[in-house]
Amino acid sequence: MSARKLLPPLLAVIALAIPYLVPAYALTLLAYVGMAALVALGLVLLTGIAGQTSFGQAAFVGIAAYTSAYLAKVQGVSPFLGLPAGLLGTGVVAWLLGLITSRLSGHYLALASVAWGISFPYLFATIGPLGGFNGMADIPTLSAFGHRLTDPHAWLYLIWAVLLASVWLARNLLDGRRGRAIRALAGGRTMADSLGIDTARLSRTVFVLAALAAGLSGWLFAHYQLFINPSPFSLDAGIEYLFMVIVGGVAWLWGAVVGAGVVVVLRDQLNDLLPRLIGQPGNYETIVFAIVVIVVLQRAPAGLWPMLRRLASPAPPARPGVAVALPHRGAPAGSAPALELSGVTRRFGGLVAASGIGFAVYPGEIVALIGPNGAGKTTVFNLISGALAPDEGRIQVFGADVAGLPARDVARRGVARTFQHVRLLPERSVLENIALGAHERGRSGLLAALLRLDRAEERRLLAEAARQAARVGLAARLMEPAGSLPLGQQRIVEIARALAADPRLLLLDEPAAGLRLQEKAQLAVLLQGLRAEGMAVLLVEHDMDFVMNLADRVVVMDFGQTIAEGLPAVVQSDEAVLEAYLGGIE
Amino acid sequence: MSGDIFLLLVQDGLTTGAIYLLLAVGLLLVFSVTRVIFIPQGDFVAYGTLSFAALLANRVPGTLWLLDGLALLSALISLRHARLVGWRGFALRLGPPAALTAASLLLLRFWPAPLPLGIVAVGIVAALGPLVYRFAFAPISRSPLLALLIVAMAVHYVLIGLGLIFFGPEAASTPAFTDASVGFAGEQISGQSLCVYAAAAVLVAALRWAFGRTLYGRALRAAASNALGAKLVGIDEGTTGRLAFLLAAALGGFAGILIGAVTPIGYDTGFILGLKGFVAAIIGGLASYPLAAAGALVVGIAESFADFWASAYRDVIVFTLIIPVLVWLSLRRPGVEDG
Repeated sequence: MSARKLLPPLLAVIALAIPYLVPAYALTLLAYVGMAALVALGLVLLTGIAGQTSFGQAAFVGIAAYTSAYLAKVQGVSPFLGLPAGLLGTGVVAWLLGLITSRLSGHYLALASVAWGISFPYLFATIGPLGGFNGMADIPTLSAFGHRLTDPHAWLYLIWAVLLASVWLARNLLDGRRGRAIRALAGGRTMADSLGIDTARLSRTVFVLAALAAGLSGWLFAHYQLFINPSPFSLDAGIEYLFMVIVGGVAWLWGAVVGAGVVVVLRDQLNDLLPRLIGQPGNYETIVFAIVVIVVLQRAPAGLWPMLRRLASPAPPARPGVAVALPHRGAPAGSAPALELSGVTRRFGGLVAASGIGFAVYPGEIVALIGPNGAGKTTVFNLISGALAPDEGRIQVFGADVAGLPARDVARRGVARTFQHVRLLPERSVLENIALGAHERGRSGLLAALLRLDRAEERRLLAEAARQAARVGLAARLMEPAGSLPLGQQRIVEIARALAADPRLLLLDEPAAGLRLQEKAQLAVLLQGLRAEGMAVLLVEHDMDFVMNLADRVVVMDFGQTIAEGLPAVVQSDEAVLEAYLGGIE
Repeated sequence: MSGDIFLLLVQDGLTTGAIYLLLAVGLLLVFSVTRVIFIPQGDFVAYGTLSFAALLANRVPGTLWLLDGLALLSALISLRHARLVGWRGFALRLGPPAALTAASLLLLRFWPAPLPLGIVAVGIVAALGPLVYRFAFAPISRSPLLALLIVAMAVHYVLIGLGLIFFGPEAASTPAFTDASVGFAGEQISGQSLCVYAAAAVLVAALRWAFGRTLYGRALRAAASNALGAKLVGIDEGTTGRLAFLLAAALGGFAGILIGAVTPIGYDTGFILGLKGFVAAIIGGLASYPLAAAGALVVGIAESFADFWASAYRDVIVFTLIIPVLVWLSLRRPGVEDG
């Protein structure tokens, strides 16, 4: 047996022995580290991974703590029923707050969180039965089978078991299609929307999950400490949780544990030392934490965990194996157009970016949309894909009106796009980026993902992503971070991501930009293959050789209007087109 | 409720509202130029009141030593590329703190009157603004908005911690500008309230003029409306950032002197005041000055009525004001790209 295999059981034995090896004082400290790490874990999910943040997580800790404490002490309900009640209360409050903020940019959520972070402790202190500023004492502890849980060693095992189980659940969630979508939230929502992902709902889900982690911590806190008052649930406490996450490593689940450990232990030390140094009482340790947070964000924004992780030299991720192919959407019936625009107009203030645009794209056809810079091509793309709504006109996709529909509804009709300015998750692998495209082809639920019951489907999704990568010629770079590829290749990753969505209409915004001659030829072959399969392709492109050799028809735009449409050869000799490109012949 | 009480509450609300207005203007300015959600704005208010109160009590405020220390540190660091900074750069870094130090010490010795001391207090707080930008925000000016926001929160904690060390835990008040009151439509309006209204109006008008007419004002507007474009025409990001922080800190410090006469201010009261400025700025969608100004007055009046009816829930009620605004924002702009 190799040393690598012996290590985990050895570590487990040491971990189990820790409570009996350390002084009683450290037992308490470790218990608080564990409870804080639970809250921080939720914040990692919310902040480091989904790109939103909250200063008010301590309020969620408080809601669950007070709910369970009140039920146990005043109503005589078992704490084991207080747990679901506390989580329900936390979840409902978070869901309502999420309804309000989930469609807004991250900083609005953060500012709103300041408001509830101040308001909830205030409510705890003013609602009579909760004991006011003095709080509640003599809260019943946990008991099972007539045995009361009072042994600090047992509590430490319980707290850390709950924490490790939560880390396991969070890992499972991130290691799958929902995890990829959650990571996509952080990079702006336009891309995720274009893949059919319901971003508002997903960000609400993440927010509720983060609140539930805080609630779990609150329940443990109430029954471990046996007395509670409003102050550990204040805004200051909420911000301290955020500081833990920043110090530990905001994008890493284990960063939550490291950060909680550093902050809780350091606070314990500084709490005595600083007031003596300064000569008057006060919570000066927050100055130290705040300065550390500023320095960390300036010098090492990834936090401590990635540094520790590098020491351990983690094993590289495995390449996807073979799996049953995902179901295919199938070719559209009949000879109806895949895309039909008529009279589409969009204004930005006084500027008419698109005026009365009308053309059609049929299945098995490549149509190129060309025109000088600023002609309105990308605007037309955004109107079709639902990133923008038209002011006037009709847009039909496979016979259904889509004008004004949100991007994800358009995407679900079999439309996939790439972006002029590449939108990838640069830190994640090429494989994961492509698999993101297949998100809507997965069906597994949240619970299945948390409990790792989605593995069969996940294998199929990754196999599909690998298949699309091979198809566009990226098989060799599958496991590299997408951001490490040259820009031209990143565009190809976007095409593969679009293909992974199994589209019937493909919108490509300058796919050949940044490609070398041979790569362009490969791209042309790929697009010809797609055309032969019945795919409808609309592309914006500036490379005229590429366009004229590939496109079946060309639509030319200038100043927001269609100035010519037809076969490439005809368009090339059109006077209006020559005028637009060359400024006319005097 | 009688008409008298109603008018009294409105007058109170407008007075605090005018102070929130100054804060909201500073917050909007800083946000639009640097993308920083300027949480520490309220701490500059507290520093303003407390520095002024310390000077009046014939003490040198700790904020002055903080200013000198940070300025010296900044000058020392810039020694590394002294050629680039030049004599003018060093003079700019060390001149204002030196002048403020000399002025405070001389005034305390020879002319300890409220007016010059008030000016020095605002000067100290204003001069801290660019240094806070220099040390906390300039090194990460291109980071995501959330990182800037978290740093802003951290700066707030540093400032209140230092505030406790400098000024101790007791709240302080500053003298009113005037004890007189004016009869208006059968009501008495306090002279202090009128001073606050006038000061707010004059400052807003002056800023409006500066943004429209002066070179630096226009540079700030350019940086706010299009950061990249401003850079391309040669407007330095660091300069506009420092300028925005200077103005915001000056507004904060001045607000501190105004509000110190209305209500006692402690080292940690500033935060809540700043947040109310934020509620106003959010009502303006973090973009519109006139809407934020209207928002500030609404916040002030709502606060004064909430205080009258349910004083325990005053702050909760004021913060709840942002919820309908957030709902409206979320319905108005679905699918808008994140900052």
